[in-house]
Amino acid sequence: MKRLGNPIAFGVLVLAVIAAPFIFSNYRTYQLAFVGLYLVALLGLDILTGFTGQISLGHGAFMGIGAYTTTILVVDHGVRDIWTIPLGGVVAGIIGLAFGIPATRFAGPYLALATFAIPLAFIGILKRYPDFTGGNVGKNLPQLHSQLGWHTNPSIWFYVVCWVVALVMLPLAFVIVRGRFGRAMRSVRDSEIAAAANGVSTAGVKTLAFGISAFFCGVAGSLYAIGITYVNPDTFPIDLSILLLVGIVLGGAGSLYGMLFGALFVEFIRISWGPALLNLFSRVHHIDTHAPGSGLVVYGVVLLLVLYAAPAGAAGLARGLAGRPAFLRRKEDPSLSDPGLV
Amino acid sequence: MPALLELSDVTARYGQVVALHGVSLTVEDGEIVALLGANGAGKTTTLRSVSGTVRRSGDVLLGGKRLARATPEVVARHGVAHVPEGRGIFAELTVWENLRMGGYIVRRPDFATVLGYFPWLQERRNQQAGTLSGGEQQMLALARAFLSRPRLLMLDEPSLGLAPLITREVFRVVTELNQKEGLAVLVVEQNAAVALAAAQRGYVLETGRIAVAGSAAELKSNDAVRTAYLGY
Amino acid sequence: MQTFFQTLTTGLSDGSIYGSLALALVLIYKATEVINFAQGEMAMFTTYIAWALMGHGSTFEWWAFFATLGIAFVGGAALQQTVIRPLERASVLTAVMATIALLVILNGLAAWIWSPQLQFFPSPFPTSSWVIGGVHISKQDAGTFGVVMACVLILWLFFRFTKLGLAMRAGALNPGAARLMGVRASWLLALGWGFAAALGAVSGMMVAPTVFLTPNMMQAVLIYAFAAAILGGLESPVGAIAGGLSLGVLLNMLGEYVHPVTTELRLPVALGILLVVLLVKPAGLFGRVVVRRV
Repeated sequence: MKRLGNPIAFGVLVLAVIAAPFIFSNYRTYQLAFVGLYLVALLGLDILTGFTGQISLGHGAFMGIGAYTTTILVVDHGVRDIWTIPLGGVVAGIIGLAFGIPATRFAGPYLALATFAIPLAFIGILKRYPDFTGGNVGKNLPQLHSQLGWHTNPSIWFYVVCWVVALVMLPLAFVIVRGRFGRAMRSVRDSEIAAAANGVSTAGVKTLAFGISAFFCGVAGSLYAIGITYVNPDTFPIDLSILLLVGIVLGGAGSLYGMLFGALFVEFIRISWGPALLNLFSRVHHIDTHAPGSGLVVYGVVLLLVLYAAPAGAAGLARGLAGRPAFLRRKEDPSLSDPGLV
Repeated sequence: MPALLELSDVTARYGQVVALHGVSLTVEDGEIVALLGANGAGKTTTLRSVSGTVRRSGDVLLGGKRLARATPEVVARHGVAHVPEGRGIFAELTVWENLRMGGYIVRRPDFATVLGYFPWLQERRNQQAGTLSGGEQQMLALARAFLSRPRLLMLDEPSLGLAPLITREVFRVVTELNQKEGLAVLVVEQNAAVALAAAQRGYVLETGRIAVAGSAAELKSNDAVRTAYLGY
Repeated sequence: MQTFFQTLTTGLSDGSIYGSLALALVLIYKATEVINFAQGEMAMFTTYIAWALMGHGSTFEWWAFFATLGIAFVGGAALQQTVIRPLERASVLTAVMATIALLVILNGLAAWIWSPQLQFFPSPFPTSSWVIGGVHISKQDAGTFGVVMACVLILWLFFRFTKLGLAMRAGALNPGAARLMGVRASWLLALGWGFAAALGAVSGMMVAPTVFLTPNMMQAVLIYAFAAAILGGLESPVGAIAGGLSLGVLLNMLGEYVHPVTTELRLPVALGILLVVLLVKPAGLFGRVVVRRV
């Protein structure tokens, strides 16, 4: 039971998820549906970054792969949208594995650098094969509507779909990080050499973690396509990949429940938190709150301040500083240790 | 006239681990002082608490100037040359570039004098320092330290990994620099016999505290020191 | 044969831009082991400054070019001291995120100050070409290549022959030992960021006439620079330049001679090349495998 995560926390979350549509407007509920799908994406990325220690700046593209899988299956092959959700995950997962096999053989910075190229490469490929992907125009899905014989508001239907998936994926993430494979991932994160010395195949673990994270993001992307009912190359820009990583850091890398906060941040920073902060600033010092780029500046500054004040993210604050995972702790001044060794 | 170097009640720690518990010692101008002790006694930490490469509290005075809060670069600029354990050679730079780094804080480094003591460096000047033998690297580290015109030279285990003959050669040069140039030296050594032969005075550290202090002759005749560190 | 040489010169010109930005990345990586994801946005931002100095006009001014280099240098050093230095003991993830925060802030700031609209940035070189033995060599390409290589050469001379340059190299190799020699390590890191920012400014001002000035203009260039730096082994300045040049030539040749490789596929192909190189030589073409201590 413990392997599925804390049952009380999970119960509280389920109750909150059930209560939300009764409390909030349909529009808010629709936004909260996106929080659910971002949660799925962040859980996946956290398995790679927080638990295996591999930084990826390209996972928005795996959401894109999931979204395009769903779109093409629904629009061109007439598959019912909700059945494409696992397929979106599987396709993204397989492509993630294929990318991970070469990319994860190398330590540290190389992977982060290589992943940075994925979103733009993905967009390039979309534009190159318009017959398949719809090119620059993209593709439209059918209007969002409730299915399976249930008649309700489309927003609520979408909310239910997203959160059912999220509440399945959350215990799944717990199973992954608490099991044998989870131990292998953490040993790779804490010291690749020590892990290898203990017989862990570090490249294998990293590749599999990459594949799993791509699977989660693919599922999230599939939901995303269903929710916004269209996809085109601009739907999954490089900014989305960056935002996902920011969500991990703010939520607290290495904590699964922290991703709830990360998902709220990813959904609301651009549409409401950022503008609200700007309004606050503009009271002190007049600024044009609608100026292009102003939102980005606020979000970058918030990120920087969090890095200084709470490098372990929201989960770190909740846990207190003592519980900070080793890989986030401050190092001794590196230039002071072992000056004699070369 | 204050002592060249004076440590009083210096405590140093690595994270939570306390490595020095209130060490006090002095080095006067122009003398060689040996710092002896077993592994983990705090010899290296004592040197590091002078050069600022470990967090320390207590008083560290160089010619009366307080250095207990100074960073390594500031201590170096006050005239302390620290040759760390493992020598700290820039392996990928050439011999000559290493020497130039030694004279980094000096307006016009006196290469001629140094080459007088280490003539062989001249012909090796374009060799990569990492390809020198251990003894040569130790000599290069000495030459490099001397180029900064230090008031105090601190050597950490100069004999480490060297053959006895080479060790003797290293100490011969150290003694020569001390006698001809008046260079004060604080040397940490496991090889107590060699160190006490060159030094005028010495201290024995045990688990982060000064256990015995005295002139080299006194230490050599001290029974405890003799059995523990000299082996006869 | 004509096409071949023209593709070659365009490739070298593109490659010199990738290489210079890659060199900027390597300078910072060697000194601090931090990948500066904001390198491209720093270049973009300084290019906007150059454009503002030129009065948003249509003629290139060399004085503005050099003034921008100075501003970039000071700005880069200031960023290191204010934003990066407080995090020097933080984890890798935190340090990477800080440079990403810088990326986001500079991108937003540029759009805020100068609007996200596409702007024309003048080129210092005429659009004509020289004809040598039937081969057209564009003055733009030759000029870009020349300017970038001159900057790289100046930087190399600095590192090779000056005391400060030597201290920066020593500090990158063994910061602890360098501090024992009296080197003020933290200031040298700021200096390194300054040089990297100035080098980035060169690549920004050279690439802007062809890609036009927008807040996102360096995104693709940065990725090519990443690829170039990885090809070169991430620790080797020579490798960064060589990696950039070979990537530029290779991509232009593929675009010219392999039909399915259109401009849309340039990036995916670059990523593919990168992955293949990493599979064959995990430490890049010029890097050495470093044995790490536990």
